[in-house]
Amino acid sequence: MLDTPTTRSTAAPPILRIAGLHKEFAAANGTVEALRGVNITINKGEFICLLGASGCGKSTLLRIIAGFEKSTRGSVTVYGTEVDRPGPDRGMVFQDYALFPWLTVRDNISFGPRQRGVPTPTVVRETERFLNMVGLTAFADRFPHQLSGGMKQRVAIARVLANDTDILLMDEPFGALDALTRSKLQEELIEIWKTTKLTVIFVTHSVEEAVLLADQVVVMSAGPGRIDCQIKVDLPRPRDVSSPEFNALRRDVTRRLTRHVTSDRPVVATADS
Amino acid sequence: MSVQTEVAAPASGPATGTTPTATTNASTSIWQQRAKAAALASVVPLALLLLWDVMVRWTGTRLIPPPSGVAIMMWDFAFGGIYDDAYSASLPIHFWKSVQRVYGGFFLAAATGIPLGLMLGRIPLLRAMLDPMLSLLRPVPVTAWLPLSMIFFGLGPKSAIFLVFLGAFYPILLNTVFGVKSVDARLFEAAEMLGCSGSQMFRAVVLPASLPSIFNGLRLGAAFAWILIVVGEMTGVPEGLGAVIMDGRTLSRTDLVITGMIVIGITGYLSDRILLSLSNYFLRWSPQHNA
Ligand SMILES: Nc1ncnc2c1ncn2[C@@H]1O[C@H](COP(=O)(O)OP(=O)(O)OP(=O)(O)O)[C@@H](O)[C@H]1O
Ligand SMILES: [Mg+2]
Repeated sequence: MLDTPTTRSTAAPPILRIAGLHKEFAAANGTVEALRGVNITINKGEFICLLGASGCGKSTLLRIIAGFEKSTRGSVTVYGTEVDRPGPDRGMVFQDYALFPWLTVRDNISFGPRQRGVPTPTVVRETERFLNMVGLTAFADRFPHQLSGGMKQRVAIARVLANDTDILLMDEPFGALDALTRSKLQEELIEIWKTTKLTVIFVTHSVEEAVLLADQVVVMSAGPGRIDCQIKVDLPRPRDVSSPEFNALRRDVTRRLTRHVTSDRPVVATADS
Repeated sequence: MSVQTEVAAPASGPATGTTPTATTNASTSIWQQRAKAAALASVVPLALLLLWDVMVRWTGTRLIPPPSGVAIMMWDFAFGGIYDDAYSASLPIHFWKSVQRVYGGFFLAAATGIPLGLMLGRIPLLRAMLDPMLSLLRPVPVTAWLPLSMIFFGLGPKSAIFLVFLGAFYPILLNTVFGVKSVDARLFEAAEMLGCSGSQMFRAVVLPASLPSIFNGLRLGAAFAWILIVVGEMTGVPEGLGAVIMDGRTLSRTDLVITGMIVIGITGYLSDRILLSLSNYFLRWSPQHNA
């Protein structure tokens, strides 16, 4: 979409570039180092899964990208512009939905465009389009408390899509759902991703989910949080979870992941790049 | 016996499933429930009326009229034609004056308390400036303001409105602040990332999210407003339900005093029902508040 004059060498400039990112939280006894030296470059249209054990800083990284949290050092740039606050270009889907309980499904979805002053006919048309895309047209006039968890998460996704976002940030969005609903929503998400050509950064601690969804799995390790490795997933879609290729990759990623979980002291040599 | 089962049925989910006639019974059971509720609610008042009547006859007191005396007074107060004195058929004017003052003070309190509460809850600088002062003034009983209020506003309705305002202001303000502070921080984050900022946030998120608490404050405030109208109308206003009660006291007309008390009680109750139904309408999105 946008074009930055800085990176003419490559065909498409990266949509998101994270460089030398550090994050420390103030704690009762000094500081907690949540992220150390994180570098990632993400191209437009990529589906990235951030995978890592609990407490390795996945949410922190996502919240810094979203602009909810300030980094201690380092930079996050979207098309070359430094991120310093939340904005409509980066849409977050929270695990606990964070829908506005006083708005109907339809009004939740049209919230962003209305706040940004998009003309009403456009808002109405786009809202109906995304209501339809997530299959909630029949529930448009319900309030969030009248919906199931899966439906709420569909609303949360549609709310961000309707706001014409560039990067979809999802923090364990399907973590609270049952297995059946989760796999249905995973399928739907891939469909939406294909039609909208969005860039997705998806946090999960399920290896299977990461390998099923991602173009690229970014494995993080804890204490402090760092990028351990990035694994390309070249399997054709739709992916067959019972295929030998899928399982080989899943084993591989699991091995990478458990290396850090089992040994409490991670390999410090790979910490800084 | 049948009433018992009808009442129990809607409360327990599985029980209704096992009775095939549950849906056909629904309308009758609602009326039976209401009749039962009304019957239950009137037991104690009727007993008190009876006790009152018996006690008046037994002691032979002339200070307190029997219930029938108050009933006659109420009729005369409302429609006239019995005593034909200064209070006959004067209910509308007293009622109207009091309602004006109560809601004058109440709306003034809401119009200042809600915006101030929303800002106090969201703007730390404002909170740092105003919170200590408001906390110091809060424990002062509203009645203690009576002398000062008479100096500020003179003898008359303004003083009454001011007292009602003071009484309604704090519950509205404090509940609004509480409502704002207890809004889930995620909702602000969600709104921000959708492009909502600055003053838009107040209208789009802060106000609706704290509405349940604001309505609590409004109901408390309205109750205080009716309580304070009697005090407010002690300040030498000629008309108003509070003034009627004060007159009744000086004239030793207890039937008039009790009549005023009953009218205030009923009006306060009805005004709370109105607020409650407004609250149910505006909070129909909230699973906790939908009655
Ligand atoms: N606001 C905060 N204040 C202090 N420490 C924090 C804060 N937020 C996160 N941390 C710390 O930063 C580290 C990373 O937390 P984070 O929530 O990002 O982990 P996570 O990978 O998302 O874990 P999970 O999979 O359990 O969600 C943890 O050690 C956590 O205790
Ligand atoms: Mg997390």
